[in-house]
Amino acid sequence: MLLNIVRARLQQKHRTMPFPSASAPVLPDRFRGLPELDVGKCSPDCRACAEACPTGAVTTRPKLTMDLGRCLFCADCAKACPHGAIRFSNQYRLAATRREDLCYDGSMHRLARALDCEARRLFGRSLKLRQVSAGGCNACEADVNVLNTPVFDLGRFGIQFVASPRHADGLLITGPVTRNMLEALKKTWEAVPAPKLVILAGACAIAGGPYRDRPEVLNGATDLFPVNLFVPGCPPHPLTILDGLLRLLGQLA
Amino acid sequence: MKPDCFESLRNGMTVGLDRIPRVDIATFRDAVIGAVSAGERLSALFAVPEKRLDPGAAGFRLLAVLARDADGTLSVVSATVAEAYPALTPACLQAQGFEREIHEQWGLLPEGHPWLKPLRFQARYPDAAGSSAAPTIGLTDFFRLEGDEVHEVAVGPVHAGIIEPGHFRFQCHGENVYHLEISLGYQHRGVEPALVGGPDRRTLHFVETLAGDTTLGHAFAYAQVVEGLAGAKVSARAQALRGIALELERLANHTGDLGALAGDVGYLPTAAYAGRIRGDFLNLIALLCGSRFGRGMVTPGGVGFDADFYRIRELLERLDRAEKDVMTATELLWDTASVMARFENTGIVSRELCETLGLVGPAARAGGLRRDVRCDFPSGIYRFAHIPMAVLTMGDVFARAFVRRLEIQRSIEFIRNQAGSLPEGPIGQELGPLGANRLAVSLIEGWRGEICHVTLTDAQGRFAHYKVVDPSFHNWLGLAMAMRDQPISDFPLCNKSFNLSYCGHDL
Repeated sequence: MLLNIVRARLQQKHRTMPFPSASAPVLPDRFRGLPELDVGKCSPDCRACAEACPTGAVTTRPKLTMDLGRCLFCADCAKACPHGAIRFSNQYRLAATRREDLCYDGSMHRLARALDCEARRLFGRSLKLRQVSAGGCNACEADVNVLNTPVFDLGRFGIQFVASPRHADGLLITGPVTRNMLEALKKTWEAVPAPKLVILAGACAIAGGPYRDRPEVLNGATDLFPVNLFVPGCPPHPLTILDGLLRLLGQLA
Repeated sequence: MKPDCFESLRNGMTVGLDRIPRVDIATFRDAVIGAVSAGERLSALFAVPEKRLDPGAAGFRLLAVLARDADGTLSVVSATVAEAYPALTPACLQAQGFEREIHEQWGLLPEGHPWLKPLRFQARYPDAAGSSAAPTIGLTDFFRLEGDEVHEVAVGPVHAGIIEPGHFRFQCHGENVYHLEISLGYQHRGVEPALVGGPDRRTLHFVETLAGDTTLGHAFAYAQVVEGLAGAKVSARAQALRGIALELERLANHTGDLGALAGDVGYLPTAAYAGRIRGDFLNLIALLCGSRFGRGMVTPGGVGFDADFYRIRELLERLDRAEKDVMTATELLWDTASVMARFENTGIVSRELCETLGLVGPAARAGGLRRDVRCDFPSGIYRFAHIPMAVLTMGDVFARAFVRRLEIQRSIEFIRNQAGSLPEGPIGQELGPLGANRLAVSLIEGWRGEICHVTLTDAQGRFAHYKVVDPSFHNWLGLAMAMRDQPISDFPLCNKSFNLSYCGHDL
């Protein structure tokens, strides 16, 4: 019996990734991360990408721009483009500090900045978060949860998800914020003692995702609370979320 | 029951709206209740305003889709009603959620429904009979127990873990739960009305996110609906790749569930290993299509991504490693007396109750019901590759866990066989226009159980109505019944043994 447990332990090995001290694991070749835009290939009147986009994330005027906050990373735009001007790269680093930093024109994607000195003094070595799903489809939630597995081992960075907002330093919100979750979400936010952080994970929480402008939702939480970190994706890859959290805490250069 | 009341069809097939029998409500009731008491299941029951089917008509059309597992036949029957009709629920418990839904969405009154309270706390639809103020979420009556030492425990909507919201109301006597009432709707995003008028550029994305952990199952069911309506034939290669992806989704979730069950009884080795191995399976889905949840994998007409020899070879090599890991990690559970003591005889749902409630998926198979869409209503690859059904009889947490363990083994075997002999051919195709004025029914065995999509098209071949039935819709009441006379401290364990979807229910 005990032998079986020991044997299983040996077989399962040590699986925690060396990231961030060594490089991140290689993501699958078909993983769709930061898009590469080759604006020079666009023809003046072509709107094929914008017309294919399910969430209105792509605009072509004055020039090709993608709102990574709305983007589902479905690549429908890339498939529709007759000129090959859009390509989704393998780059998983996507999180940003300001909403407008997610409007991406292909030049430079401004990654999340670290909190100021005082906030880092408070949260830098111990950040407790309360997660609230406000209409999330359980994909964002699942890939946040994955950070607690031994592979990512979120605890080694001093970050922990806690059961009560009273014990939390901030909220990590997923979902487009359904009208039916609005009150519970606000109450949870109010229950977190100040100073507090708000992190939005996924296209739904940032801008409503596929449900944008549906009457049953509020297009995410961007306008509801002061937000410290936006993590794009549908859902964001766990590495994208981890990278964003570590940048926020100044644990990544 | 008069068999001629029904129009029969097979999974994934369509039928002209004019072929659907239209009977009076008394005959409709008798036919549905008679069929269910003879062992058929109510896969879907919903209402559509008549004017969506015929612009001049008034009233509402009630439609029932019944599934006969024994010979894989689906039957459809309909009746026109005005604003009220005699409820089916008193004689057919499987109708309880559907009739609450019909009342909430359309203002139709199922007279005599024993507990007609809001299901999702959603506003009435624009074409509803009569208007009503939008309900306030959570404000409703709950069963109450009176007496000494009786107390009530209210949990949610926001729970302690990283999990979707829902409200649970326990009526307890001491430590024991007499009754649990589950009140949902917090995740309601209006998926069904959003699908009406489609298909359009958002449709597949609504389907893929209506229950994100079942992206592949729902996308598969949706694809089958539109392929049926377009009269398209999916290539053998695309069918095999769909089957591989769907079984990978099952593997990831079953593995995660076994880990979470271990965690709920404080057995940490399996909890830690399985959490990781679940990710290994998700990463195999990402190997196929770039997304751990299978976004973009299943597309109408086929699949979005092909897999060449090298990709398949890598898939199979990694599958071998994951199999070894998942088997040793979960085998520890069955060998550990303290785990078995918590799993066995906890949260029993008897075979009779499974049948009465119309449970589906591993929860039904754990209670002794032979019920699996892959075997009973096979479509696509499952017509050619048979997966033996995993059935146990105890109906407790152990059975629900062990069914998953058996299914893990069988899904791995299936993937190995399919990936090892992928047919040649194209992977996708452009679909032609959808047939006008038709009804399509599509069933898929998702990892939680039967996924049912039903759609009706208008004269232009657009969706006049789209009905989604996630397996959770059938199974939430099963969880409530499993908690009867259980210590309240066993709730997390029972809950995880069902692991139902909130957003799949709330839509």
